[in-house]
Amino acid sequence: MNTPLRRVGLAMMAMMLLLLGNATYVQVIKADDYRKDPLNRRVVLDQYSRERGQIIAADGTPLASVQRVDDRLKYLRTYAGGPVFAPVTGYFSTLYGAGGMERAEDDLLNGSDDRLFARRVSDLITGRDPKGGSLQLTIDAKLQQAAYERLQGVTGTVVAIRPQTGEILAMASTPSYDPNVLASHDVDVQEEAWVGYDADKSKPMLNRAIHENYPPGSTFKLVVTAAALAEGKTKDSEVDGRPVITLPGTNTPLPNFNDTVCGNGVTASLQEALAKSCNTAFAVLAAELGPDKLRDQAAKFGIGEQDLSIPLSVVPSTLGPMSDKPSVYQTGIGQKDVRVTPLVNAVMAATIANGGVRMQPHLVGKILAPDLQVISETKPDEVDEAMEPAHAQALRDMMIASENNTGGGGKLSGVTIASKTGTAEHGDDVKSTNPHAWYVAFAPAEKPEIAIAVIVENGGQQGLSATGGRVAAPIGRAVIGAYLGGR
Amino acid sequence: MGSPVPGAEGTPLAAASSTSPGLRPPTRRSTELFMLAFAATLVTGALILVEANQEQELSLQILWLGLAYLGLLTVAHLAVRKWAPYADPVIMPCVALLNGLGLVMIHRIDLAMADVKLPGNAVWSPAAPKQVLWTAIALVLFCTVLKVLSDHRTLARYGYTAGLLGLVALVLPGVLPSFIAPEINGAKIWLSFGAFSIQPGEFAKILLMVFFAAFLVSKRDLFTIAGRRVLGLDLPRARDLGPLIAAWAVGVSIMVLQKDLGSSLLFFGIVLVLLYVATERAAWVVLGVMMFCVGAVVAWKLFGHVQIRVQNWLDPFADPSGTGYQIVQSLFGLGTGGLFGAGLGGGRPDQIPEANTDFITAVIGEELGFVGLAAVLLIYTVFAMRGLRTALSVRDTFGKLLGGGLAFAVAFQIFIVVGGVTKLIPMTGITAPFLSKGGSSLLANYILVALLLRISDAARAPKTTPKPRPQQPAIADQFTVMVERPK
Repeated sequence: MNTPLRRVGLAMMAMMLLLLGNATYVQVIKADDYRKDPLNRRVVLDQYSRERGQIIAADGTPLASVQRVDDRLKYLRTYAGGPVFAPVTGYFSTLYGAGGMERAEDDLLNGSDDRLFARRVSDLITGRDPKGGSLQLTIDAKLQQAAYERLQGVTGTVVAIRPQTGEILAMASTPSYDPNVLASHDVDVQEEAWVGYDADKSKPMLNRAIHENYPPGSTFKLVVTAAALAEGKTKDSEVDGRPVITLPGTNTPLPNFNDTVCGNGVTASLQEALAKSCNTAFAVLAAELGPDKLRDQAAKFGIGEQDLSIPLSVVPSTLGPMSDKPSVYQTGIGQKDVRVTPLVNAVMAATIANGGVRMQPHLVGKILAPDLQVISETKPDEVDEAMEPAHAQALRDMMIASENNTGGGGKLSGVTIASKTGTAEHGDDVKSTNPHAWYVAFAPAEKPEIAIAVIVENGGQQGLSATGGRVAAPIGRAVIGAYLGGR
Repeated sequence: MGSPVPGAEGTPLAAASSTSPGLRPPTRRSTELFMLAFAATLVTGALILVEANQEQELSLQILWLGLAYLGLLTVAHLAVRKWAPYADPVIMPCVALLNGLGLVMIHRIDLAMADVKLPGNAVWSPAAPKQVLWTAIALVLFCTVLKVLSDHRTLARYGYTAGLLGLVALVLPGVLPSFIAPEINGAKIWLSFGAFSIQPGEFAKILLMVFFAAFLVSKRDLFTIAGRRVLGLDLPRARDLGPLIAAWAVGVSIMVLQKDLGSSLLFFGIVLVLLYVATERAAWVVLGVMMFCVGAVVAWKLFGHVQIRVQNWLDPFADPSGTGYQIVQSLFGLGTGGLFGAGLGGGRPDQIPEANTDFITAVIGEELGFVGLAAVLLIYTVFAMRGLRTALSVRDTFGKLLGGGLAFAVAFQIFIVVGGVTKLIPMTGITAPFLSKGGSSLLANYILVALLLRISDAARAPKTTPKPRPQQPAIADQFTVMVERPK
């Protein structure tokens, strides 16, 4: 019997060798694939128990930091500003992943970024716990706070940019959410908060500055004007001044707002048309320029850019197809299929303020090592020359005139603002849907330091009678005042 | 070489040494005790690592637990010293190490599961204390078997009784109504009495091995008679196929009635090996494997649950969150563990379903890495090889057959379960002997160990009452005697 017993022994050895061989395949050869599989939650869970880097404002104010706690995850993510900075910082949740900057710069914050490689190696050697790198944003903490406060009670957003560099100084969006509860280590708290935010019809977790695009309304007239200036027109060029026109090939009337008379009722100067925001003038002007020139000029301002990242991803802005003549007319006044994110509208204002040079908008100022040493710094990046400097100056002057012609409260004394308002109709029944109120501006006009875009969805508290001047302009002026006065 | 001397001096000397009371072979019990202490130290070390990595309070209690474990082992050791003094010294330490590691892992999984939100706010009830209790009971049973069964050959007399009991135990849960034999995780292999439930199949495994060994030893000659010779194989006669067909039928019925593929495969494999060892004829193996293939194909065609298992084996990622979930999570754990593992207490066993039973080897692979899993497999290999050595050296055929069968059973069971966990073969859901949670499995496997030790004691012990050889003069010196022709 011993011979077959020995063979059984060989068979047992063979089985063990098979197991060991297969275990080698799974745990050594395929290990990396399994480790990095998106369905594998282990790696993600590990990151929650590592000391994550900070997110700080331009002046060093901590926006997101960690607090050592006495549970398995070791570190609790805390957001000092909570909802004020939530559109920028985003959230970091064990159940729902990350959003905002927490997500966009996750590799850096969790310490796996290649830029931290050398430090990781030294951590490995010295046995220190690996830590994540930190982010210094371009956000001005006080300005962000002011913008958020001014937006209380309305649904809307404020974006502020430094025209010369493209640094985003503020990006507030209301209503907002509290990332602290989403980062709670109590999964019930997380779940309740998430479900609540998700079900909320006012979409508190939507960053309206970059993740929503709106019809720009009259603010788009800046694009049309820029295109006209490039075609040789000046602020004194005569444009259509009729109070109402009929869209070509239809019986649809296109009136001026409140049937305002521009110029002598037949023609008006370009400057007056922009200041009074005459619809007929820009509809006809757009048609004269044609879709291609409109599209070119819009593209120079960044409208139509598909993969803008600041490094939060920004939804594209678009002019729409402009497939027939009436569409081109309506495009000229920022209606029909034109959709612009508040960020891109702010970039447009900043570009005009910067003498026609468009700078890449960005939120990250510096990348810091765990010990807060600077690893890299974002250099201002010139994207495009959208306008000739002389044209930009002409447009700036026309915007000063526009500001002077705009009502609304909160005018600042001693500061010249260049602005354009917009009252954008939207929805299926435009006459009974409250319009969005826009305000894009920069100041001081002579030597711009800040460019902003403000939108208040559905007219805020003013409803159907809302206009950009009445609803959005006071917020914009207050934000500019807070910035210029707060230095 | 000198001329052969009648009555050479070497032979009587050798005979004298084995019988002389002063030169008994060493029992090697002290070696066993030393290795048991080493096993207890390793297990205590593992427990300390788990507690440290899980940030539990490190207290002296751990040392007491380790000493308590060593105490239990010492009791078992004393039982062996008393009732099976010549037993193999390596088998018990292997078991002690596996069982201890199993306890530590079950405790570790308890810690992980305590943090997990279970559906319906259920609270995870720790499994480790229960398993410690089962270990104590199992050791009592182990000692009892060693004491009561003083000669393993006694078992051969109860072969048919064991067979009948085994068959009843095996089939019982399959045929009983579900209030006493509930279907758990798709398998109907449990008998449930309130809070207490047993898996009779675990005991049936041993009872049936006893039966088959006894049966084959008594009928051995029958099966060696060759039938026809086909393709170089001596096929058995058709009428001798009875036991094989019976075993096959039992295997298939387990699969059909209880949906327990693992036990079915294990049982069939054991019977095949016993047949092969008893008859020394490969034809049985070839026939058996063919029958297995036919059975497997038919089962695959007929049963949905078999198809799902095969599908999950071929491509678990086809449905990673549904039917493939278990195996996908197991692979993720193994892959994340990689070569050296995440460290005891550093993995995420809460991600792996059934972590403390069928998938406990996946948790070991994750936390101890390929190195740790290989070490565990090697411990099993050492165990099985020592068992096989016992079978090779024992003198009686029943002991050889039973010992070989018991050793193979453990090796084959670990092949099925680890092969399933690492996706070498389809996952069939059986426990890892000594490691997995489960009282029945532990009790049955300790009985198995007691039987193996009993057989090895018989193999290594000197003959208890060495009969003095009748002093016969050399044949050449004898007289020729005339005897009367029998009438």
